[in-house]
Amino acid sequence: MKKLLLASAAMSLCASGAMAKEVKIGIVLGFTGPLESTAPPMADAAKMAIAEVNKSGAFFNGDKIVGVKGDSTCIDSTAAVATAERLVTADHISGIMGAMCSGATGSILQNVARPNGVVMISPSATSPALSTAPDDGLFFRTAPSDARQGQVIAKVLLDDGIKTAALTYTNNDYGKGLADSFKKAYEAAGGKVTISVPHEDGKADYSAEVGSLAAAGGDILVDAGYADQGGKGIVQAALDTGAFNKFFFPDGMYGPTLPKAFGKALDKSIGDVPGTDSPGAKDFFDMAKKAGFDGTSSFAAESYDAAALIMLAMQEAKSTDSNVYKTKVMDVANAPGVKIYPGQLGKALKLIKEGKKIDYVGASAVELVGPGEAEGNYRIYGFKNGKRYTIKYM
Amino acid sequence: MHDFLNGLVVLLNYVIIPATTYGSQLALGALGVTLVYGILRFSNFAHGDTMAFGTMVTILFTWLFQSWGISLGPLPTALLAMPIGIVVTALFLLGTDRLVYRFYRKQKAAPVILVIVSMGVMFIMNGLVRFIIGTGEQNFDDGTRVIINPFAFKDATGLDQGLALRTTQVITVVTAVVVVAALFWFLNRTRSGKSMRAFSDNEDLALLSGINPERVVTITWILVAILTTVAGVLYGLDKSFKPFTYFQLLLPIFASAVVGGLGNPLGAIGGGFLVAYSEVAVTYAFKLVLKYWLPAGLQPSGLVQLMGTDYKYAVSFAILIIVLLFKPTGLFKGKSV
Repeated sequence: MKKLLLASAAMSLCASGAMAKEVKIGIVLGFTGPLESTAPPMADAAKMAIAEVNKSGAFFNGDKIVGVKGDSTCIDSTAAVATAERLVTADHISGIMGAMCSGATGSILQNVARPNGVVMISPSATSPALSTAPDDGLFFRTAPSDARQGQVIAKVLLDDGIKTAALTYTNNDYGKGLADSFKKAYEAAGGKVTISVPHEDGKADYSAEVGSLAAAGGDILVDAGYADQGGKGIVQAALDTGAFNKFFFPDGMYGPTLPKAFGKALDKSIGDVPGTDSPGAKDFFDMAKKAGFDGTSSFAAESYDAAALIMLAMQEAKSTDSNVYKTKVMDVANAPGVKIYPGQLGKALKLIKEGKKIDYVGASAVELVGPGEAEGNYRIYGFKNGKRYTIKYM
Repeated sequence: MHDFLNGLVVLLNYVIIPATTYGSQLALGALGVTLVYGILRFSNFAHGDTMAFGTMVTILFTWLFQSWGISLGPLPTALLAMPIGIVVTALFLLGTDRLVYRFYRKQKAAPVILVIVSMGVMFIMNGLVRFIIGTGEQNFDDGTRVIINPFAFKDATGLDQGLALRTTQVITVVTAVVVVAALFWFLNRTRSGKSMRAFSDNEDLALLSGINPERVVTITWILVAILTTVAGVLYGLDKSFKPFTYFQLLLPIFASAVVGGLGNPLGAIGGGFLVAYSEVAVTYAFKLVLKYWLPAGLQPSGLVQLMGTDYKYAVSFAILIIVLLFKPTGLFKGKSV
């Protein structure tokens, strides 16, 4: 028995030796839990970037990249850490595209990425707290911090002449961070938040929250929740009771759920979502359509960019060692250099090989600032006949 | 008078109507939990997912009926599909019983083992539902959504506050009353019901009197299928269907059953309403109501909220703990836990 074990161990060693030219990247997203319906398009986008690089054959000496999926859930930090730990120690991934929610991202960063020295690029963690979290230079995000989104929301509301707002947020790092930054920016500019009510996700009933929000009143209800979760429950209860008919939806509320569920009842509402009118976005949507998933889904573009940045930085550093290529992420993301759009990853890899500089623009107009996070471009949208239309970019 | 009515409408709109609907949904769920506990003697953790399963089958048949052009007019088509959902769920539950629970019953396994077994069943059902219908949200209410529109109400009555009443809320309460009445009639008036109660009270004595235990178990699972499917469909019609939310429903449902007294059907109903009202009323901001009801000088400037809404679960569980401290068998004398 012992011999058999030894032999099989030796065999597996040989086997992995033969495939040494395979680089693994973890795709760590919340495949189960409150955002389980948003995660699949994000994973598809990351896989699309990987497939593009593999097809080009320009990565190192034609080495192949393999995306390894892991479930970070969204609310269960323990499960997130266990998943990431497994990917790092058992699958030997060289970088993490993820995680999805801010809480899970923070705990993976502190408990797995830093101790093991693995680069992490999150496409969707937007909590302001992550800007200042110690990261040994390993953490980046292609999503902007919510501190910026709060300011954007405050400005949009005040530009529309909306002076009082009721505020509800999902009770987690994302919701709290966004609510705080919005409240601060809005009240500094002369607006008034009548009440700030946290709500829990995945609960059976939201009458209590809406009752309080209605009692306090306000010209608009800012609903910083999730479209598939409590955020939607709040909208439903508010519309049903007639408490509010005008909402503002931050990025967590973007997705097909709301227009499908409420249609024309949303026609007075507005919202924002990270987005840009750069040509890269359109290219990406077309590519996504061809690949068979919805590119306009939340953070799909950012996921493509996050995966692309990891691979480009590796190429630039000529190494898959996180501690070597972590210094190159900012270089490939920002000017100067040849601008790279979605679908041009092969070209970018060749340019890097020739020693030329690149400036990755990608699907979400990536520009990394400060501690390595996206500067943040937002699309402000309204609803007409139950369908979203773009008002402006800011 | 005008002010009094305004205040009353606010209270009805934000507290009484939503809490009554939610209470009915919880009561139906808790009845199922209590039946399993009373007769099969374990806490069935797969209950929330059984609700999801029954609702899923109902949704699938609703879609089929819709594609055939069948509808119930102002009522949702799902009501028509519900009996099929119940039958399929009953078959599924009986199959689970055959495959899983019966083995442990024959071994006279301790209740705690059955609880863990039911958790295993829960995970399998959880996965099964997601495989078939997906993780996303489904809205399948196709009837007339509102009976009283808040804005139309304001115009019609001249009051400042709107009152909203939805078709699903009325259906929920009416169906809950009908199902509960039928269940009580069955348990108290029919031979099978009486044999179930006898089996629940004293298993050995029931066996000696010639009651067939397998028959009691079969009937119990069929009743559970009816209760879970009805509760799940009503909840889904009123809010929406999402596997994750149904899984989470388990917590308030168990709280209701335990507060009322596990094993006692009356307690399940009382507990359901107690949990629903405490969640909604204790954390409600009474500012708007008092603004109408108090004379000019006394009107509050604050929100008059006893506790923030973040504490609403804390409230239900505080009630749960207090009840269990003073009446370990629950408010309506169930079995001790």
